[in-house]
Amino acid sequence: MAEETLSFIFLNAVLANNFVLALFLGLCPFLGVSGKLNTALPMGLATMFVMLVSSVCAYLINMVLVSFEIEFLRLIAYIAVIASAVQLVEMTLKKFSPGLFRSLGIFLPLITTNCAILGLALFQTFKEYDFLQSLVYALGAGTGFILAILLMAGLREKLELSTMPTITQGAAVSLMLGGLLSLSFMGFAGLGG
Amino acid sequence: MTKRENDTITWETFNEGLWRENPVFVMLLGMCPVLAVTNSAINALAMGLATTFVLLASGTLISLLRRSIPKQVRIATYIVIIATFVTIVDYTIQAISLDLYNALGAFIQLIVVNCMILGRAEAYASRNRPLKAVTNALGMGIGFTFALLCLGVVREILGAGSLFGFDLFGPRFEPWVVMVLPPGGFLVLGAWLLLFEWLKQRKARTELEPAAET
Repeated sequence: MAEETLSFIFLNAVLANNFVLALFLGLCPFLGVSGKLNTALPMGLATMFVMLVSSVCAYLINMVLVSFEIEFLRLIAYIAVIASAVQLVEMTLKKFSPGLFRSLGIFLPLITTNCAILGLALFQTFKEYDFLQSLVYALGAGTGFILAILLMAGLREKLELSTMPTITQGAAVSLMLGGLLSLSFMGFAGLGG
Repeated sequence: MTKRENDTITWETFNEGLWRENPVFVMLLGMCPVLAVTNSAINALAMGLATTFVLLASGTLISLLRRSIPKQVRIATYIVIIATFVTIVDYTIQAISLDLYNALGAFIQLIVVNCMILGRAEAYASRNRPLKAVTNALGMGIGFTFALLCLGVVREILGAGSLFGFDLFGPRFEPWVVMVLPPGGFLVLGAWLLLFEWLKQRKARTELEPAAET
């Protein structure tokens, strides 16, 4: 078990080691869905929810794998669990909140290939977090993801109103913005010890 | 399955991934490893080769099995096939070079969720004969490796003053450290994209101008 306090794990995952801006996980939705604030927020929340579910599942799966000494199946087991978790979230949403389900559309199944989710499951295994630590880590990672995607969406909405040289219209300017955001998040390095 | 598959393998099959639809510079797929492990040229090369291997192996297998995989569960099947090959690569790199394994970290295992590989499996390998799928996968893989090297070389030269570990500028060079840190990844890729966009627009202009004069 890792010797880290819960508040440190949370702050570390939100700010100092932000999943998107410092660890480069989950860049596809970060660049793809950050065009508008009102799609960025539901996407962030859905991702966070899947993170929590898959973090719990990954913890339990890892316990089973370790007890049978078949750790080499970890990757295959994790990805299968995440795919089913996303499927489950999708079905639950469809049943209980059809409106939200429609507004998320295609992005929901795409969460499966969001590397932030698998990355989270792998990191919590490498760091040997216990159950509560894993949960807090997932919560922090999700919050960090929401924070990053909201900041990015806000910047891009502002950018729509300004005139830019034609060559920068497209992905290049998003990456430059990401670079600046990442630079500012480096200011948090070392936070919490 | 129809028999109307186009079997001819042309230069275009290969070149599609290498240049015309380069996964990184044109399609912006698989961005996470592109930015995360390109802080030195050697890491970039290793990551590119690992991804190319997975792309080739999974492409071959999926293409061979394309008639026996039920349509409803194809994505899950592809993911399991890809995950198997990634596990092989993961253990192989760990056996060959522990330093490299530690430098790349979890990103070797994260090849599984590289959307480029799944995209190729769905869009190409499942619809073409093995030989053609392999040619295309090779092109894609080389294109991906090339793009990773483009970033890795620039970031290592600027950020550490060296290339593949060899010192370039001598001890008086003041390294631009931010380039090997996370922001550098975003900025360098952004700069490459700007360069390509500029070249593309310039080409479009020079093609247009003679036509406008006549």
